[in-house]
Amino acid sequence: MPRTLVEIFGNPLIALGVGIAAVMTVLSLNVLFCIWFERKVSAWIQRRLGPMEVGPHGTMQTVADMIKLLGKQLMTPKGIDKPLYHLAPLVVFAPVVAATSLLPFSQSVALSNLDIGLVLIFMFSGFAVVGIFMAGWGSNNKYALLGAMRSVAQNISYEVPLILSALSVVLMVSAYNGGVMEVDGQKIGLNGLNLSHITLVQHSSIWFIIFQPIAALIFFTATLAETNRAPFDLPEAESELIAGFHTEYSGMRFGLFFFGEFSNMFIGAMVATVLFLGGWDGPFLPGPVWFFLKVYFLIFVMMWVRWTYPRLRFDQLMTFCWGILTPLAIVNLLVTALVLKVVSG
Amino acid sequence: MSTQHHPPICLEKAHDDETYYLNMGPQHPSMHGVLRLLLKMRGELILDCDPIIGYAHRAHEKMAENRPWIQFFPNTSRIDYLSGMIYNLGYCEAVERMASIEVPERAQVIRVIVSELNRIQSHLLWFGTFLLDIGGITPFLYCFDDRERILAILDRVTGSRLTYSYGRFGGVSRDIDDVFIEQTRGFIKRMGEQAPMYRKLVHDNIIFLKRCDGVGVITKEIADAYGVTGPNLRAIGVEYDVRKAEPYSGYEKYDFEIPTRTTGDCLARFEVRVAEMEQSCRIIEQALDRLPDGPIKPAKLIKKLKPPAGEYYFAVESARGHFGMYFVSDGGDVPSRIKLRTPSFSALSAMPDVLEGTMVADTIAILGSIDIVLPEIDR
Repeated sequence: MPRTLVEIFGNPLIALGVGIAAVMTVLSLNVLFCIWFERKVSAWIQRRLGPMEVGPHGTMQTVADMIKLLGKQLMTPKGIDKPLYHLAPLVVFAPVVAATSLLPFSQSVALSNLDIGLVLIFMFSGFAVVGIFMAGWGSNNKYALLGAMRSVAQNISYEVPLILSALSVVLMVSAYNGGVMEVDGQKIGLNGLNLSHITLVQHSSIWFIIFQPIAALIFFTATLAETNRAPFDLPEAESELIAGFHTEYSGMRFGLFFFGEFSNMFIGAMVATVLFLGGWDGPFLPGPVWFFLKVYFLIFVMMWVRWTYPRLRFDQLMTFCWGILTPLAIVNLLVTALVLKVVSG
Repeated sequence: MSTQHHPPICLEKAHDDETYYLNMGPQHPSMHGVLRLLLKMRGELILDCDPIIGYAHRAHEKMAENRPWIQFFPNTSRIDYLSGMIYNLGYCEAVERMASIEVPERAQVIRVIVSELNRIQSHLLWFGTFLLDIGGITPFLYCFDDRERILAILDRVTGSRLTYSYGRFGGVSRDIDDVFIEQTRGFIKRMGEQAPMYRKLVHDNIIFLKRCDGVGVITKEIADAYGVTGPNLRAIGVEYDVRKAEPYSGYEKYDFEIPTRTTGDCLARFEVRVAEMEQSCRIIEQALDRLPDGPIKPAKLIKKLKPPAGEYYFAVESARGHFGMYFVSDGGDVPSRIKLRTPSFSALSAMPDVLEGTMVADTIAILGSIDIVLPEIDR
């Protein structure tokens, strides 16, 4: 089992400080890298070079952009709902930090090790939609409101197949080896909601993408929708709604939304890695390296999809969720439960 | 769907609490140019739509009344900046017919070649922006890569990329050379090679099909009522093309087809335009094969043009449809009146009937698919 920060430092306050610093560092580095990576991937797909000027191969471009964003004037439109408008970027951003702290990056060390890790992650990632709706409602802009309405409908709908497909993994973990596993010489009761347990089971058997290909596909598709990535980027469809819910945000307020969006993508990829790709499990290289390799591979696939497909229409998006993904996820979950019952007797 | 005129919705007073008005444009990322749509909506559903135009009005028709015939010529490519060559040469052709000026054979063939190149260029730009409107960003850059090659070819011979002013009354300004022919043949070969890639990327894409199939149907009645022409009309199944119906510049000598579809939706318009690009390539190939030697303009260019008094109407097929020019001459060297009939205006006029009952996303897709150019509407 991974040791948590509290176990390492003893003092919970020190552990909290170190944890926040670590999470913020990881998230900031991830956003810096992802923005550059997204621009490079889109450039490669579109036969361009992408950013090349600032730093070697434009690696410092995002830093320059961040400085620019920091220096920009914060425009505040008239007629806004002040508390909602100002709080919204924070409400989008804060759950991201909380969710990141729950994920097991390696075999030996984790920021926390909770028995309800998976539930908390879904809760935190579902929380961002509140911030998005606050932004859309508070901006006093019809495009922002339309974007926010789309976002709420979309996120709530796609959470259903997302959680249903994750549940089939939870069932498999809980039923593995009669629910008991020997780790470091001591027997532990397996808990399907504990992210470390999910990884450990995959470490000692095989990755769940082999057992649960349909669930993996559903989970990945729903993650795309949850993180508002193309082809499901309707809340900020630039050709329809200008910038959607963040139309009226400028400067670093917009920066926080941007930060939240890329971090959500990061978290989505991390959860998918833990659930289906075995987390830190892999030969030769140390655990965290494998973990981040898998995460960035998934992020690359997300970008690849984004720069290849056009956007769905709103009603098609909802039909796809309720008409295809959700029934498929339910059937998959039932079949999983049935097979597990038969196998385990 | 009714095709009768209705009062502007901004003048309506009574509406229930569920509806609201949305101003789309003139500064909106996917309003091509400076179109403003006043939308009456319920949720995402569009109940009524009122296109408001005039933001790019430059009084071209009035300008024509204040300058000699030749000086209005550069204006024509600025009316529809995407098929500037076709407008330029169309204007020349009209004046030539009016003043009975002979055009040498070589000049006519050159006109056909550059006009068709211009048409492909316009369709390529439309292809990219249409995909951009429905959320596909990558095809846009591929199209612009190809389009850039046409612009480079035309730039070399005309000295300009967008507003060419290449025509002269009685011919064209500069002769084409072997490099031009080689480049053009190379481009047509390249288009043939690119076609499967575009098909895979766009036309076989399920999301693209879902977004376009059955969306934004322009019926025959609507097209009749508003005078919709060009690819938008051919997508309904009407085989009307000025190049075939009233041939000019020797189009009757070329072997090409008028691509038509029957459904009249966004997908049909898409397919018609893609097929038209192929037909344009065919025309260019034939023209390059039969390019005769000889002069490209009259030995003595007309300095002071004074067409005989009277009225004259002449039309060409621009990339967007039937572009008509109605001239009134009083026998002087300044036009008495020029009236231009532009295809985008008709297509946009039909929009309120088509957009009714669609969703915001469809509105953008439909507006993108009819291929309008705002300066041409406002003039």
